[in-house]
Amino acid sequence: MTTAMKAKAAPRTGVDWFLLFIKSVMFFFIITGIILFTLQQIDPGNPIASRLNDDATGLTADQFEGLVIAGLSQGAMYGLIALGYSMVYGVLGFINFAHGEVFMVGAMTGMITSNKLNDAGAWENNFLASMLFVVLLSIVVSTLTAVIMERVAYRPLRGSPRLIPLITSIGVSFFIQNVSVVLLGPGAKSYPVLPDWLAKKRDIWFISIEGTRLLVMCVAAVSMVGLWYLVERTKTGKAMRAVAEDKEIASLMGINVNRIIVTTFAVGGAMAGVAGILWGIMFRSVTHTTGFLPGIKAFSAAVVGGIGNLNGAMAGGLSLGSAEAVAPLVILEPWGVSGVSQLRDAVAFSVLILVLLVKPTGLFGERLSSEDRT
Amino acid sequence: MTDTVTAAPARGILDQDWRKILNYGLLLALAEVFIALANMPVALDDFVLIEPILSLGYMSLLWLPLILGFSIGSEKVLEGITVHAKGLREVVAGACVGLIGGASLSLLTVLIDNFNLRDPLVNWSPQLLDLLGFDQGVGFGVGIWLAIGGGLGLLGGAMHLITPVARRVVATMALAVVFVAVLESILSDLSEDLFLEWLVDWVYFIRGGVTLHGSVAVALLAGAYALWGSRAVKGAKASYQALEGIERKQANKIGLAGVALLTILMPLVLGKITNELLANVGLFLLLALGLNIVIGLAGILDLGYVAFFAVGGYTTAILTSPNRGDSWPDWLPQLWWVVALMVVVVLAGLTGLFIGAPVIRMRGDYLAIVTLGFGEIIRLLFLSDWLGGYTGGAQGVTNVPGVQVFGLATVRGTDPRAVFYLVAFFCAIAIYISWRLEKSRIGRAWMAVREDESVAEAMGINTVNVKLLAFVVGAVLASFSGAIFAAKVGSVFPSSFIILVSIVILIVVIVGGMGNIFGVIAGSAVLIGVLGGPRQPGLLQEFSEFKLLIYGALLVWMMLKRPEGLIPNVRRTRELHQDEFLQDAWLKGQIDEGDEGGDGGEVAPA
Amino acid sequence: MSGERLLTINNLSVTFGGLHALRDLDFHVDEGEIVSVIGPNGAGKTTFFNMISGMVTPTAGEIIFQDQSLVGLDPNQVTARGIARTFQNVRLFANMTILENVMVAQHCRTKQGLWGALFQTSGFKREEQEIREWGEKVLGFFGTRLVGYRLDQPASTLSYANRRRLEIARAMATKPTILLLDEPVAGMNPIESEELTGLIGKLRSEWGFTIVMIEHDMGVVRDVSDRVVVLDHGETIAQGSYEEVSTNPDVIEAYLGRPAEEAS
Repeated sequence: MTTAMKAKAAPRTGVDWFLLFIKSVMFFFIITGIILFTLQQIDPGNPIASRLNDDATGLTADQFEGLVIAGLSQGAMYGLIALGYSMVYGVLGFINFAHGEVFMVGAMTGMITSNKLNDAGAWENNFLASMLFVVLLSIVVSTLTAVIMERVAYRPLRGSPRLIPLITSIGVSFFIQNVSVVLLGPGAKSYPVLPDWLAKKRDIWFISIEGTRLLVMCVAAVSMVGLWYLVERTKTGKAMRAVAEDKEIASLMGINVNRIIVTTFAVGGAMAGVAGILWGIMFRSVTHTTGFLPGIKAFSAAVVGGIGNLNGAMAGGLSLGSAEAVAPLVILEPWGVSGVSQLRDAVAFSVLILVLLVKPTGLFGERLSSEDRT
Repeated sequence: MTDTVTAAPARGILDQDWRKILNYGLLLALAEVFIALANMPVALDDFVLIEPILSLGYMSLLWLPLILGFSIGSEKVLEGITVHAKGLREVVAGACVGLIGGASLSLLTVLIDNFNLRDPLVNWSPQLLDLLGFDQGVGFGVGIWLAIGGGLGLLGGAMHLITPVARRVVATMALAVVFVAVLESILSDLSEDLFLEWLVDWVYFIRGGVTLHGSVAVALLAGAYALWGSRAVKGAKASYQALEGIERKQANKIGLAGVALLTILMPLVLGKITNELLANVGLFLLLALGLNIVIGLAGILDLGYVAFFAVGGYTTAILTSPNRGDSWPDWLPQLWWVVALMVVVVLAGLTGLFIGAPVIRMRGDYLAIVTLGFGEIIRLLFLSDWLGGYTGGAQGVTNVPGVQVFGLATVRGTDPRAVFYLVAFFCAIAIYISWRLEKSRIGRAWMAVREDESVAEAMGINTVNVKLLAFVVGAVLASFSGAIFAAKVGSVFPSSFIILVSIVILIVVIVGGMGNIFGVIAGSAVLIGVLGGPRQPGLLQEFSEFKLLIYGALLVWMMLKRPEGLIPNVRRTRELHQDEFLQDAWLKGQIDEGDEGGDGGEVAPA
Repeated sequence: MSGERLLTINNLSVTFGGLHALRDLDFHVDEGEIVSVIGPNGAGKTTFFNMISGMVTPTAGEIIFQDQSLVGLDPNQVTARGIARTFQNVRLFANMTILENVMVAQHCRTKQGLWGALFQTSGFKREEQEIREWGEKVLGFFGTRLVGYRLDQPASTLSYANRRRLEIARAMATKPTILLLDEPVAGMNPIESEELTGLIGKLRSEWGFTIVMIEHDMGVVRDVSDRVVVLDHGETIAQGSYEEVSTNPDVIEAYLGRPAEEAS
């Protein structure tokens, strides 16, 4: 409340001026980058663009389309994970740093089951049934992980200073990662090969898209609709929103707050489990660190969309995913930055920083109880 | 301990809380199976604790039934609670818990013998089966684990039957033997220069591990200490606390001189490996002291702290190495380390400002994630091809020369003793800075910001500036560590500056005790010294596979059970246990409610 | 008793998402005055304090203190200009000692930085000494309750009434010209509040503070105020001496139709 009003006031202190300077530089960099990119697209040899980057060739329409699709499908996955962050933040007001690990557990479970099914021959002969089994099992295991996590590590800390559960969740994250190392070994493990009919490229209308990416987007859309129905149309969802608004009053209204919190973790865990499987079929490889970066980026997506806001989480995921796919080539490359694909993660974090500087409540507005806002 | 606690007679053997027993038992079972499948018993089997009966591998399975067998019978004594006397009931409960845990290992033995789950579970191995069966076959294993589990649980429960003093003696004896076994390499290293090799040869077995007679001797000594020695130590402490004014200052000076002398003399008698270990502890201590200012005093959770370590390391390397990236202009001189350090301090401070300014107004938890993002961005920039001409990309900067001490000598990684002195010097500076700042206007402002930021602001503290200052001081201390690191290792790579480093330092600070210098020192010594840093081996090299797992578990356990850390800061303890504290104080009638009633009748003092 | 004009507030308004928390408020304080701000719950009294102390920026209007505008200043700058406050729900630095609570409040009156602390310069030592002495002096204002062995105890060990006293001491430690007291006697028993009423008078007569106070206890308001300002729904509905205000029909209506004397 006060911060929003402060932001409108003219900059006064050195820090304010410095931030204004950073923001201006970032906007200048982005806008000029896009202009340079456009110039380059019109004529790769044009004098301004080629002075900064003489190797620039621009992108073909196909390349651009590929980037956007890759970004969106990656973003849909971030969105699915971000839902868990957003829901927990909305209800309990803390960042569950270990949520990325729930996602990793889902991907690992999928890896183990699908390989077992593959050994038994079921993966090839009866792909859909085995896939369904893999997904269900992953959801169960991730949900359990999330629920146990809440029960063991977070419930005893309810009501303690805000940073305490965050620090605990860092420990939980670290612990789960290393449990995976000591039990399953440190190396990367792969998923079995997907059947050709699923993986091949398809032309739909005027775009061509790989089957796996299409699947990722469809599953994300279906999960999102399901979640929307749960939160907006069921009694449980109403209770969840009540608990997010004010735990004490919700419990006075006869809502079992503990059960709702567990449900929140469970639903978030299930979404992360689905995302884990999607990761597995898209990249076909998992390690114990698989959950770390996607987890942090998904949290960033939740913040970008507005924390506590479920539509915002999905939209934030899609924006972040496409920004990190497109921005290196469209903004950095025209400036003559070499090896831009190495800077993807840096771009994702820069988006987070920029959004927090310009609009701390996220693109779609945050939904938090008043006590969590300060 | 207080008068509000009511004593009651012991309960009957069968008057048990069976549900609690089942919960503890299942917890134990899960933990034991996990430890077995994590390969701890097999990997640590070569580390002998007591020759020939006990290895660290078996120890990893044996300690838990003992502890849980004891803790099932213990209750937290709060004010106003009825406490029953302990009796056979607790012994039985402990035995039941242990039995369930033992049964889980028996079951595991049978399962490993009959099924092959080696595909996902990499440690589902014949070696584990042999170890669980004591090389005597599956049937023997099944029986013996039931017996061991039940027996240890019973032993743990039986600890309730002896007096607290006796319990302390027993615990000290057991810990002392483990301690002496773990410290074997340091102690034998020390003995060589102190002409105590005969003693070490008598206590330790030739291929490692304490001998039986050695362990008996150590246990007896420790028991004697627990009975009589600890009282003398307590007495000394009390008489120190009774000192006042100048006398106390003198005592402090003597203590400080003693510590300084020890720091100077000890490395002389230690060997290379131990000195290397101490140097690593020092490097992390320096980082932890810096982070302690940021998080312990000012309450800012900075997860990207490694960024400043990286800036220190890279700046030093680039300014001193002949082998830096090609893109640097020729006029950039190759500086002495000491001169480069000046630049490092300035650059680290600026980086602190640059990273601090955007994040300083954010909510505490957003700040944590954004600083983590900054830490990662800085590493990615050092790694990138884009800046590769300056930073060497993945190849890093190599050939970093050592530290030239006024042209007299060069301190390099090949001479860990010299590195240790260098690190110790900077740690001393960092400790001095932390100590002086805590008791100054700035330190008080930091604490106020930590307690309640908006009130601090309303009381006239410019919170933005004060927090930025904490960021900058922390950054400079981390950059010292980075500068020494670069000179010590002789090269810097992006892979030395991963987020893991930030998290490990955070764990060191929290486990040691946020906001307390002694806590941070103890945390670094115990975690980095014994278990090892993110890449640096510790005393227990055998633990390297498991150290990160233990770090994670320790952090969670600490936050749940002892958020104030090993050596707590008194203030933080109150903050974290405020409810209990207030309740206790209320029950004892200590809170000055009564005093209000008393002076209510008085006229206002003039 | 009143001297020259210290604080003038003209047409002050603030809205929170369409809701007028304060509307076109005019207000002034002269040097040496004790002004009470009263009004039913939700009248905007605390918002009024928040706005003077810079914690909320007004949507419109001006706040002029000693001929300079306070609008847009940060809370710490307002405190540095000489306006200090207490909080309705006591907000101490609970884990700092009692002495540290009043020492830290002198932050904006002191200037020693890193250099002084690290090298223990004579200036640093002198300033620390001064901070300490001033801190003990303001604590001494409340008699023996907050000094002696209590100095080094954490503020969280204090009783409720003592916490309120310490909060006033902390505000005094900032060496203000105007003290804003937000319900100073709330939650105190009659004897304690009577004592504090006397002390509030002393704050003016002995320490020279000008005082603006939000208070619900009409007894206290009657005993110490030179002037009473009544707020309701974000607007001033009456002001004047206690007698004038307490017989004003608008005020009586605002307090649900009961005469103000009975409401106390």
